[in-house]
Amino acid sequence: MIETYLRQSALDHLGLAGHSTAAPTEAGVQLSEKPLPVAVNLRGDSGDAAFVEAVREALGLALPTLPNTATTGEGLALLWLGPDEWLAMQHDAAAFAEAQLATKLRKALDGLHAAVTEMGESLCCLSLAGAQARAVLAKGCPLDLHPRAFGGSGHCAQSLLAKAAVTLLQVSDAPAFELYVRRSFADYLWRWLEDAAREYGVAVVRP
Amino acid sequence: MLLIACPHCGPRAESEFHCGGEAHIERPKDPASLSDAEWAEFVFLRDNIKGLVFERWNHAHGCRRWFNAARDSVTYEILAIYPMGSPPPALDPRRYV
Repeated sequence: MIETYLRQSALDHLGLAGHSTAAPTEAGVQLSEKPLPVAVNLRGDSGDAAFVEAVREALGLALPTLPNTATTGEGLALLWLGPDEWLAMQHDAAAFAEAQLATKLRKALDGLHAAVTEMGESLCCLSLAGAQARAVLAKGCPLDLHPRAFGGSGHCAQSLLAKAAVTLLQVSDAPAFELYVRRSFADYLWRWLEDAAREYGVAVVRP
Repeated sequence: MLLIACPHCGPRAESEFHCGGEAHIERPKDPASLSDAEWAEFVFLRDNIKGLVFERWNHAHGCRRWFNAARDSVTYEILAIYPMGSPPPALDPRRYV
């Protein structure tokens, strides 16, 4: 378990809280960094009914078995990463929530062929919203982000953004996206996003 | 840029993938009995065919799963995608030279 006082975002040095605004903005793109998410990686066989049921019981969420989809519930999201791999994400949670979440899953999956791994502070969550959010992502991401292909809220994908590996989750049709990126790439990606969004007008907002 | 159909994620850009080289290279059943030349053949020597090739690919920046692909090394056309461990599809190599 990670002590609360050690949990520090990889973007702390940018002092985003100091120059972010809470006021509504007309900017084409709104950027923010969400507080460090609690993340637990889950492996198992989605063809095994016992595994699917155990996950549903532990998390209260259906396991997304369709590629590139996520299911979301009360402060919790379950992202499809591969045919036998998922990522459980919890926002606005205390540091000990990760251990709780992992323990809950491990108990539920006891005796099944499955693996539960805490991700610690490895991922940063950047939020990108606004009318031009898609245009910004399209500058550095090979995915087809048109609503016809990237099917709206609850769609997720792992890909590259400006050559950094990211997990992209659409959280609203507005559109709004969450970008999960490894912490060593967070500073680079934040600066890239600010630069790429400049032409549309960019506002740093409170998460 | 090639558009490669990952068997799990669907069509994705080539930059998300890593090519793992020639597929269907069988590890020798009795490695101890091999001569140096035979080892070199297994470890280093590849056919480098002009035309129909069978390759292993990994969706490195997506689902990170391996799969096999049949590809025309002249036109870069991906002819078939099939799972690891399964035999190559029956394609006529003479059509792709």
